[in-house]
Amino acid sequence: MEALINSVIFEAFSEVGGEILKQANDSAILNLSSPLAFSTDSFVVSPLFFAGGDIGKIAACGTINDLAMVGARAKYLSCALILEEGLLLGTLKAVLASLASECAKAGVKVVCGDTKVLPRGKCDSMFINTSGVAEVLCEGVGVQSLKDGAKLLLSGDIGRHGAVVLSAREEFEISADLKSDCKSLLGVVMALIEAGVKPLCMRDATRGGLSAVLNELSRASGLGVVVREADIAISDEVLGICEIFGFEPFELANEGTFVLAVSPDDEQKALEVLRKFNPFAAYIGELSVRRSGVILQSRYGTQRFLEPPKGELLPRIC
Amino acid sequence: MCLSIPSKVIEIDENNYATVETLGVKRQVTLDLIAEPVSVGDYVLIHVGFAMEKIDTKIALESLELYRQIAEDMESGVIDEREGDMGLASLSDRLSTQKGE
Amino acid sequence: MDLINDYRNSELILALAKQIKAEAATLSRPINIMEICGGHTHSIMKFALGELVEGVVNFIHGPGCPVCIMPVSRIDEACELASMQGVIFCTLADMLRVPGSHTSLLKLRGLGHDIRALYTPLDALKIARQNPDKNVIFFAIGFETTTPMSAVIIQKALDEGVKNLYFHINHVTVPAPLRAIMADKNVNIDGFLGPSHVSVIVGSNAYKELALEFKRPIAISGFEPVDVMASVLNLIRQHKRASFEVFNEYKRAVSAQGNVKAKELVAKYMRPCTFEWRGLGEIDDSGLCLKDEYVSIDARRVFALQKEQATKEAKACICGQILRGVSKPPECALFAKACTPNSPVGACMVSSEGACAAYYKYQRRGA
Repeated sequence: MEALINSVIFEAFSEVGGEILKQANDSAILNLSSPLAFSTDSFVVSPLFFAGGDIGKIAACGTINDLAMVGARAKYLSCALILEEGLLLGTLKAVLASLASECAKAGVKVVCGDTKVLPRGKCDSMFINTSGVAEVLCEGVGVQSLKDGAKLLLSGDIGRHGAVVLSAREEFEISADLKSDCKSLLGVVMALIEAGVKPLCMRDATRGGLSAVLNELSRASGLGVVVREADIAISDEVLGICEIFGFEPFELANEGTFVLAVSPDDEQKALEVLRKFNPFAAYIGELSVRRSGVILQSRYGTQRFLEPPKGELLPRIC
Repeated sequence: MCLSIPSKVIEIDENNYATVETLGVKRQVTLDLIAEPVSVGDYVLIHVGFAMEKIDTKIALESLELYRQIAEDMESGVIDEREGDMGLASLSDRLSTQKGE
Repeated sequence: MDLINDYRNSELILALAKQIKAEAATLSRPINIMEICGGHTHSIMKFALGELVEGVVNFIHGPGCPVCIMPVSRIDEACELASMQGVIFCTLADMLRVPGSHTSLLKLRGLGHDIRALYTPLDALKIARQNPDKNVIFFAIGFETTTPMSAVIIQKALDEGVKNLYFHINHVTVPAPLRAIMADKNVNIDGFLGPSHVSVIVGSNAYKELALEFKRPIAISGFEPVDVMASVLNLIRQHKRASFEVFNEYKRAVSAQGNVKAKELVAKYMRPCTFEWRGLGEIDDSGLCLKDEYVSIDARRVFALQKEQATKEAKACICGQILRGVSKPPECALFAKACTPNSPVGACMVSSEGACAAYYKYQRRGA
């Protein structure tokens, strides 16, 4: 175990671990001035490697993004690994290299961690937990700031990560030229703040997709959400997978796409910044005190509720 | 009931399986339920892994054309019921070919 | 031509809706159209088509979702089979979520039973081949569209001599529940949207008799919004002339005689039998079961199922009247009390697109 930690894990984090990790004390001592943001997430992805990313990339980006969503820049990350006995060393190295590379790009240090190996069959190849500490650059970003008339922007097209993972499932036997949207959102969030945008609330549309996020915003604010279907970009391949299995693209997971709520004054500026990072970014709707729930407007003006997802995605036959 | 979407046949193998494509998504389906010959380029309806029928694209085009005609008449301000029952009187004349006949 | 997007063209949809409203202007009341098929219900909800023809057309959601009409007794049977030792239990898709009287397949899977949601019945055969030491049970569901696929699997399993694959057949047919609905003299349905893909298999001729019998027009319609709008327009025209013919709007896929090969395969292995419909009760010859010569692969007969106290549908459920267009969900004593989407009693609440589930949602939101 010690050899594994020293030769594989410390080695993988040699660039991003720095002195703190090498000290290998029971705890990392951090030098930070307040205020701080703190977040944790566990990552369970099957398959470990998919078009556009892998579990290592998600484990880094996932926590960096959660922190970015409250207007904070991630500084330090922990990395806890749960490995299944028999996992190939090459696989572990590739995953850790990917995790480290995302941290390096974001200027984040991995400062503490933990490794457990479980007997075969007790965990599905590998699970990763990352926790992160971040400096808050922009205070007051969160659901508490949502208000009537706030504009909702979406940072890109939706459903790609969910569709990629579904198409990798053996029993579906489909192939599509599609990449996960898995990426760090730190850059775009920093750019928004630098441009003087004051985000009211940001949320990345991971599990449960856009539908889950909009429903959370509606519930937390007590306001209605009205969005226009025509303004929400969805790639042909994602639509195809949805048509074939009867899924809603709005319920498919994303790993690098977020919803941004801003005051009407900030809408144009925010959209310009988002578009620099993704041409599919769009203004999709607003919050309204006169409505309740999440309402999706069709291309021809009719409306329906966008329900929160029901959990596991099961293909429809009818 | 019975989710299904038009898909284009892009390959057929010797075991009577076809590779079909829908909006850039490819998958394999069995042709076991189709009696008539299927060729590459045909459109088929897929249900739970089976091709269940060919789609007649000529008829599909004609139907769309008829609906466009109704839309245009509507635009010109005429509530045109001369089309009769749209399918009973005139449509059945215009689309006299039943699929598969 | 784009077979998907051209049939979702906004301008066409809006123009057809306008035409529908114009032509329906002379009607004394809105026309009640039942869409037989769950796929149409889904399209109508997904594209919010009801709103386009509000005030002139009421869509009544029919008994056409194979998951929703499954009675508690059959779900209990499924749960019992799935709980047995050495069994891999397979079914299609969202069947897993529907609650039985004690548990659901999803809960049993959580307890460690090997229960699999398949995308295609072909996988049941594959699983049986890969697990020769297990009994693989395929819980087959669906209307005429899905029945031929089960028949193909049965044929393949018999041909290949696969010994460990058993079938629990829950296939149902369209005409029988419609007759049950139309038998009520208070029924308030002016016309039917005929199913898309059931019709691909059975053919448009199959509806001629029903239209005559019910004295109601039937428009066999594709699933896309343009299809639905064009079919509604036809039904309004027929309604105004009091005609009751079969209009085949989905001619691009539906022939007069249907898929003969598929129908023959089904007839080879299955015969009509009584089926208990959630909300409608037992209907003679409304379902299919394996013929006697295939008893050795019939899961219901091979694995002696516990005859529990027959789980009868709650008496107060008025699903039947709702399906007939006679009652509205809030008139039911169980509505939003004993019957909610999380613990549904009738089919109309089981389906997220059922009339009761839709009402529940809107009422709760105060919309």
